[in-house]
Amino acid sequence: MTKTPRRTALVELSDVSKHYGNVRALEGVSLEVHAGEITCVLGDNGAGKSTLIKIIAGLHQHDGGTLRIDGEETRLASPREALDRGIATVYQDLAVVPLMPVWRNFFLGSEPRKGTGPFKRMDVDLMRRTTHSELLRMGIDLRDVDQPIGTLSGGERQCVAIARAVHFGAKVLVLDEPTAALGVKQSGVVLKYVAAARDQGLGVVLITHNPHHAYLVGDRFVLLKRGSMVANHTRDSVTLDELTRQMAGGNDLDDLRHELQRT
Amino acid sequence: MSAITDERILHASPLRKLLGRPELGSVVGAIAVFLFFAVAADSFLKASSLSTVLYASSTIGIMAVPVALLMIGGEFDLSAGVLVTSSALVSSMFSYQMTANVWAGVGVSLLVTLAIGAFNGFMLTRTKLPSFIITLGTFLMLTGMNLGFTKLISDTVSTKTIADMEGFPTAHDVFASTLTVGGVDFKITILWWFALIALASWILLRTRAGNWIFAVGGNQDAARAVGVPVARTKIGLYMGVAFGAWISGQHLLFSYDVVQSGEGVGNELIYIIAAVIGGCLITGGYGSAVGSAVGAFIFGMTSKGIVFAEWNPDWFKFFLGAMLLLATLLNAWVRKRAEATK
Repeated sequence: MTKTPRRTALVELSDVSKHYGNVRALEGVSLEVHAGEITCVLGDNGAGKSTLIKIIAGLHQHDGGTLRIDGEETRLASPREALDRGIATVYQDLAVVPLMPVWRNFFLGSEPRKGTGPFKRMDVDLMRRTTHSELLRMGIDLRDVDQPIGTLSGGERQCVAIARAVHFGAKVLVLDEPTAALGVKQSGVVLKYVAAARDQGLGVVLITHNPHHAYLVGDRFVLLKRGSMVANHTRDSVTLDELTRQMAGGNDLDDLRHELQRT
Repeated sequence: MSAITDERILHASPLRKLLGRPELGSVVGAIAVFLFFAVAADSFLKASSLSTVLYASSTIGIMAVPVALLMIGGEFDLSAGVLVTSSALVSSMFSYQMTANVWAGVGVSLLVTLAIGAFNGFMLTRTKLPSFIITLGTFLMLTGMNLGFTKLISDTVSTKTIADMEGFPTAHDVFASTLTVGGVDFKITILWWFALIALASWILLRTRAGNWIFAVGGNQDAARAVGVPVARTKIGLYMGVAFGAWISGQHLLFSYDVVQSGEGVGNELIYIIAAVIGGCLITGGYGSAVGSAVGAFIFGMTSKGIVFAEWNPDWFKFFLGAMLLLATLLNAWVRKRAEATK
């Protein structure tokens, strides 16, 4: 993957592996994330996508290979450390706390405060105002920032989580299957926000099992299969058809078609 | 779009906003119970009766407030009831055995009680076992230790009196005195209770810690993923319960000057019931300190109202159970509205 020597990648994994006991979850995976680009990670269930994100997000540590952030080799000890290094992760189901109001969710874990000593408190006005204006900037026009975030649609919730990451100065945005549970229209909305985040100069890692969604926005494509990397393309080296074929299992699909053929 | 509200919600009626409050079920219940006993018991509306009801409510309420916070944080504490007794026993026995100023015992008791709370929280976050199991273990151990140590040290099931010891009068003033306002006597525990409600509401609604409490109860994994210190928050909540137990325990001790070592068993459920009636979800993430206070008030009104109405107090538990079911049903309905996805 060392093609032309260009600017340092925001995040670079080379030959990374991860084992859980004697189970090989990930083996020899390499990928690069650059500012203003979207790197898509494609793979079927159990391909190792979740393990990969958990390493980038600091939830798990890799066993082999190297993880570089801004060119510096590192090992992330916690999600907090990943956040401090500018890597924000938006999970498919665990992005938000459904019963909490939108503004509380937006600032969760990074609440702005005012006052001193025992009177140190959250700056609730600022939090409400900022939530509303930041969401508006991403094109989400919220009726009421006080409503529980669980009352928003799945797509809107993903968008709030993305807007939150952008607001807190993330340099790298990791999105775990942001379109998996969504309808066609909602998926489109989310992809638009993903593109908006990219246009603001963020590096995006988009995890998905939908090659069509990936090809709409992606600049690089990494294919995982049973814990190993089976392909690593740049946009100009692959077509949607080829990507779809590889994603669907390539020759396996031909076999399956043959098996299922009515006689 | 300059303001936070816009034209689409201008017509949301205040009633709808009210329906979203966690305390709603309990307030409706409290009004119903109040009206019921106002009619059923002649002496219920007298100022002295109100004072009695408030006192009964405060002894539950002081514990219901931190227990409610803990439940919002998604956990239980079954050891809360006996911890009150443990806390009282520690101050009493330390002062008596060391022949120290009772304030020394009170201080040692605070440290010991907070340490037990921290132990609960630490075990929970390290072992990741359900809090039901962890605190059931602590509950049984404390019950045994309360009886065992007391018998070992004073040969009976109650402690020796500390009424003649140095510092007793001032400690009595702080934890168990009676204040007269407008000719009516009020127990000082009512002040402690109100102060705790105010403190807990401030923490929940206006501080970062409050945000974390809602988050660890509502979706622990999401909270951890955005950098909330889940373990620290939970240990803090258990220490909050311990702090409440310390106040209650000192009240127990200084109201009488001796402590019965078998007391407190079963009270943990009453605290939980008060919190649940007050709108705390048993699954965490939702509730309020004020709600737990209303729950405790319902408890106080029912327990004393039955006496004022000159009924058999055996009926008390029936009322409590019915109230719990009704309030939980109402709360479940409220939550469904709050969580409803489009």
